[in-house]
Amino acid sequence: MDFLNAIVLIANFVIVPALTYGSQLALGAIGVTLIYGILRFANFAYGDLMAFGTMISILITWKFQSMGITFGFLPTALLALPFAVVVTIIVSLIFDKYIFEYYRIKKSPGVTLIVVSLGLMFVLNGIVRIVIGTGDKQFFDGHKFLIKANEFKELTGLNEGLAIKSTQLITLITTVIIALMLFWFLEKTKTGKSMRAYSNNEDLALLSGIDPSRVVMITWVIASILATVAGTLYGLDKSFKPFTYFNNLLPIFAAAIVGGIGNPIGAFFGGFLVAFSEIMITYAYKKVLIYLLPESLEPTSLMQLLSTDYKFAVSFSILVIVLLFRPNGIFKGKVL
Amino acid sequence: MRENENVILSFAIMAVLIVFVGVFQSWGVALSILNLCLISAVMSIGVNIQWGYAGLINFGVMGFTALGGLAAVLVSVNPVREAWSVGGIEILVSIGLVLLLVLAIKVISKKIAQSKKRNILIGIIIVLFIILIRTISGPAIEAIESVNPATQGFLGGLGLPIIFSWIVGGLFAALVAFVIGKVALGLRSDYLAIATLLISGIIVSIVKHEDWLSRGVKNVIGMKRPAPYEIDLQQSEWFINLVTFLNSSKLNLINDVIKKEKFLNQLVIDASTIFVKLCFAGLFSTVVIILLILTQKALYSPWGRMMRAIRDNEEAAKAMGKNVVKQHLNIFIIGSSIIGMAGAMLVTYDGLFTPVSYQPLRYTFLIWIMVIIGGTGNNYGSVLGAFIVWFLWIEAAPISLFLINILTSNIDHSNEFKKHLINSVPYFRFIIMGIGLLFIMRYRPKGLLPEKIKIQKI
Repeated sequence: MDFLNAIVLIANFVIVPALTYGSQLALGAIGVTLIYGILRFANFAYGDLMAFGTMISILITWKFQSMGITFGFLPTALLALPFAVVVTIIVSLIFDKYIFEYYRIKKSPGVTLIVVSLGLMFVLNGIVRIVIGTGDKQFFDGHKFLIKANEFKELTGLNEGLAIKSTQLITLITTVIIALMLFWFLEKTKTGKSMRAYSNNEDLALLSGIDPSRVVMITWVIASILATVAGTLYGLDKSFKPFTYFNNLLPIFAAAIVGGIGNPIGAFFGGFLVAFSEIMITYAYKKVLIYLLPESLEPTSLMQLLSTDYKFAVSFSILVIVLLFRPNGIFKGKVL
Repeated sequence: MRENENVILSFAIMAVLIVFVGVFQSWGVALSILNLCLISAVMSIGVNIQWGYAGLINFGVMGFTALGGLAAVLVSVNPVREAWSVGGIEILVSIGLVLLLVLAIKVISKKIAQSKKRNILIGIIIVLFIILIRTISGPAIEAIESVNPATQGFLGGLGLPIIFSWIVGGLFAALVAFVIGKVALGLRSDYLAIATLLISGIIVSIVKHEDWLSRGVKNVIGMKRPAPYEIDLQQSEWFINLVTFLNSSKLNLINDVIKKEKFLNQLVIDASTIFVKLCFAGLFSTVVIILLILTQKALYSPWGRMMRAIRDNEEAAKAMGKNVVKQHLNIFIIGSSIIGMAGAMLVTYDGLFTPVSYQPLRYTFLIWIMVIIGGTGNNYGSVLGAFIVWFLWIEAAPISLFLINILTSNIDHSNEFKKHLINSVPYFRFIIMGIGLLFIMRYRPKGLLPEKIKIQKI
């Protein structure tokens, strides 16, 4: 019984949150990695693109809610998501046309493009703050819990409860579906193959008649879809605040590099790796050990490796360690 | 003289703009803009040394600024004796253990050949040391933090004049830059950007959460000052006499003694804040001028030529026998220590240390915009960039309020849209900065004052 209690405790406070957070990071990291693989620069504006996409879906959700349209027991935001995705795609294609295309044709080094993306970051940051403000925005509706801690306790008779929010399940399912579709697209379709070829060797791809502008366009489309979906899921699960999206960019970068930048599968697993290590290292294991160990060995301290204040520092340290020992990431990078 | 025309002209325009603010808003605002411009100028000189001279991307500006701020706390705040007696020794032992750990790892990785066994050994040693350090420091930290937690709860500093912290801040930053440089400088440029950004995040989270060191998010307030305090000035005779003398014509117009006294009082209060800010401005501009002279000398010295050669063609410089890695490390340390100095200056000026305020947008990317708008590789350019960008950063809100009022003058005041726009005036500065950066990158990629390369005629 104690053993089961310990497992439930860990599932409730480590596994479920880490899976959710990991999914959100994974989607973002795939977006960053795709842009890096095709356009060959680290896009610092990506976090704010996520905030922008989320803002659009919040606005549409509010509109729907005021019109009385709901999505049954699911959050209305899911209904608004496709529209938000379309808007974000259009916006990022406009940005590409008027900002990034010039440098691509000029074949500017990646460093220049990083600085340019900083400029875009500031612009998007300003737009989001002006349109929706800096405060916390809640846009969640529908059923909040799939199973509540109390219900779980009654159902199983255990001491510890397991609470699963519906947003957590939605996040996980959406992520898996999107990732599978994306990998299928990259592996099996002609367009996907041409993207991989372009990422692998630009000159050879051009020689084989691949249209670079099409590849770039599709990259932006996919990156915008991922940004909007990841951002909206994060906003649904926690809450929307423009500032947190900028902060999330950092673990997303960490995930993308840990998985081998330019490698979507690596980025996917990188996201989960970062999320799990962040949560596992900052979780206090006292209660778990009380269940598992005999009474004489019970710990008195919190049994926490690092305090939760260092959540972000954990993912950054992982990145530094990976960069030191495997600069190309855990999965070899640079090829889609 | 001719070649410096642009420089002189642009700085003259900047001076006029600041005077303009002084006349139309207030001299207090104008002088605080000037002071922060000067501090930002020091930071942008630091970034320019790394990016403009050597082409190194350092997105860790925020971290070095925070280290400078930490130095200001550790140097100037009076030591908290009670806290030292409660847990000082344990903390010192723990710091010693950390150093010992680093040393042990170094020795092991030198003595034993690379293998799986070695990695496991290092891992075990790290875990053992962490457990040891935590058992020693844990109770000590708790004891320290419970010493008078409302105002102290930390070890305090050395109690020295705060101006020393400018040097100490530089040293702190240099030390950390050495470690970061050793770790990260071998990386590709885009990895370096991300790695430094993340490492600066780690530094700030340490400063934020180690309460025994610098009170963390509880902030340190009421720090010492190199300039006189307003209150003291308001009571000192020479200052009142000076104000009376300067405003004698205005004062003579008032006949009523009580009114005159009141008016003089107000004048003295206003003048005291301005005087303090002027003192700071004097100190800061001395630093900026010294740095400008040194960096200009360095830029046109053989060393500066070598740096530019490395930046422009690393392979060729290597082939000429230059040690690229070593030079990169040097310049990373030099630039970072200048940024650290600026961080200490900033805390000195604010008089308080607030770790929460260290945000990458403000302390890393804004400084980068300064360098790029001003002119990469040109020290005058980065100083100018600091002035322009900081001026706009502060004045963007009034300017955009003014523009919104003009553009929406025919819309009623109760209109929701107009209200919303006016409420979000402070955020227009982000858009202005972003668009400014994008335009400069597109149409004047070398910045307003481009790098000048003197070719010596033989």
